Amino acid sequence: MEPLRRLDRAVACPLPLANVDTDQIIPARFMKQPRQAGYGGFLLHDLRFGPDGAALGLSLDDPARAGAGVLVARRNFGGGSSREAAVYALVDFGVRCVVAPSFGDIFASNAVNNGLLPAVVSEADAERLIAALEGGLDRLSVDLEACRIEGLPEPVSFSVDPVWRTKLLNGWDDLDLTLSHADAIRAWAEADAERRRWARPSSSC
Amino acid sequence: MPRTLVDKLWDQHAILTREDGETLIWIDRHFVHEGSHHAFAKLKSRGARVARPDLTFGVADHYVPTRGRAGPIPDEGVRRMVEQLTENTGLHGVHLFGLDDPRQGIVHVVGPEQGLTLPGLTVVCGDSHTSTHGAFGALAFGIGASEVAHVLTTQTLWQRKPKRMRISVEGPLTPGVGAKDIALTWIARLGADGAQGHAIEYAGSAVRALSMEGRLTLCNLSIEGGGRCGMVAPDETTLAYLRGRPYAPAGEAFERAAGDWLALAGDADAAFDREVSFRGDEIAPTVTWGTNPGDALPIDAAVPDPERIADPGRAAHARDALAYMDLRPGQPLTGIRIDRVFIGSCTNARIEDLRAAAAVLAGRTARVPGLVSPGSSLVKRQAEEEGLDRIFVEAGLDWVESGCSMCVGMNGDLLKPGERSASTTNRNFKGRQGPGSRTHLMSPAMAAAAAVAGHLADARPMLAGRL
Repeated sequence: MEPLRRLDRAVACPLPLANVDTDQIIPARFMKQPRQAGYGGFLLHDLRFGPDGAALGLSLDDPARAGAGVLVARRNFGGGSSREAAVYALVDFGVRCVVAPSFGDIFASNAVNNGLLPAVVSEADAERLIAALEGGLDRLSVDLEACRIEGLPEPVSFSVDPVWRTKLLNGWDDLDLTLSHADAIRAWAEADAERRRWARPSSSC
Repeated sequence: MPRTLVDKLWDQHAILTREDGETLIWIDRHFVHEGSHHAFAKLKSRGARVARPDLTFGVADHYVPTRGRAGPIPDEGVRRMVEQLTENTGLHGVHLFGLDDPRQGIVHVVGPEQGLTLPGLTVVCGDSHTSTHGAFGALAFGIGASEVAHVLTTQTLWQRKPKRMRISVEGPLTPGVGAKDIALTWIARLGADGAQGHAIEYAGSAVRALSMEGRLTLCNLSIEGGGRCGMVAPDETTLAYLRGRPYAPAGEAFERAAGDWLALAGDADAAFDREVSFRGDEIAPTVTWGTNPGDALPIDAAVPDPERIADPGRAAHARDALAYMDLRPGQPLTGIRIDRVFIGSCTNARIEDLRAAAAVLAGRTARVPGLVSPGSSLVKRQAEEEGLDRIFVEAGLDWVESGCSMCVGMNGDLLKPGERSASTTNRNFKGRQGPGSRTHLMSPAMAAAAAVAGHLADARPMLAGRL
């Protein structure tokens, strides 16, 4: 996974909506595709395009926001379904950071597993950022080492779970780390099989 | 130090904890479905094998057709999804409850029904409604594809311990009110993100009095309030449900296990990070009016007026939701006409749910078309043995096969754009039941009442003398 340290003057797009659930980030009908096909075109599809395919004028399709790397949304971004395809849609579109006052738990961990930063800011800071972006600001820098968003006259602090921050900064993949503990896992599982004999599915089936 | 249920479950599964607080936990059961193809592709790209096929179970549910199962699946994309699951589980020696299996159904119905879900287990699946399995006193939660691949490869997962939250409902529920109403009521009070970061334990006499079916519904909807997972401490109701289930321990082994399971209940003086409580008699039959499950109100209320909501963010959400749902502020909820009814899903398609809907529909006619999709093929068989299928069909509803169906619309069971449903499902998100669809969530009895009335309606008068 590609490390993420700093997004320098990335195109930033306001998404002044609360509760943007993962069904909206990627509608279910697009999820049959293999990832290689690229999921970027599905991002927020039904908020961006009407039934006839005509663009509805969502900020994301504003030519001034082309190539957006940062989205700023309202609270509870990514609630709902566990579909990691929602993160694929963002990442394949080119987004590396979503800024919001809160995130769905599963979405946030999926994001980190794909190198996408879920940056938590206060409600007031989210509103300030959205207002500035709607007022014509089009670029933000995101510094993950300093946990700071630059672009307004004063930098805005964000928080992110320190473990996730380390993972993102280094581009680490959990799997390699876990496999380094293979002996500990094996020993634990052997002892547990004695401790909780009922935990295995009954073999009578 | 006194421990809660989630503390005990956590401690029993912690393999190691890093200095930064991340814990590697052991996974006892892993369910995969058609949507798990991304994770299997990751394994393939690493040349990895499933570490514990004996603890991994496949269930075909998300994309399966609910009609015409005798022939091939007509939609090529859908057919490919089902075939891929068969190939991937076959390749890795994972047991599959496939389309042709008499035990096939929705993963969160099949797991409990087969005794694969037990108290004291960790249960994961690439589906957010995995919280359902917590009804047995299991630590059960949904994960994404990267995590699915991690569990397939290692049978473990890195997790940060969730905060502890207790939702108590004390005192009896009133007749015609059930688990779905409890869930929609707490989510409406706390918000769709109200329980973020928390493991919820449901407690109190009204929860204790729920059947396993009711507890499964309640835990299922934990994610709709943002909870990481939901759970109920195991008790005699839990044990009675599990005795004789195919994959559960049997005989003496069951009785030994039961001792361990009952000991999982939280210590009396254990502390929670957050406590919320309700009285049983303050919970009414509840329906949603907006575009997330927190937009819920008692059936005798009116559509809220955004101009009277003080918080600007909430007011903006309500305005947007009313525009999408095509509703007017102040309009009585009971006057909202519907086009279609759906009774099904991992939330409300167990036998008790079907009985409740049938109690309303018996001898009555639905004014709108609708679909009844049982939670599993075994539930379907049982319902047919009880004659419930005839009640649905005579009322004018379609009785179809089991799957996720119109809850998520992946198999092609969809509303048309602009259509409005009364639905026993879990999400009223924009477009959830198809592009432009409008969903009102409610209990099975309430969905049946809406079918009979042709508009949202209070089921209680229709249940008089029938409960």
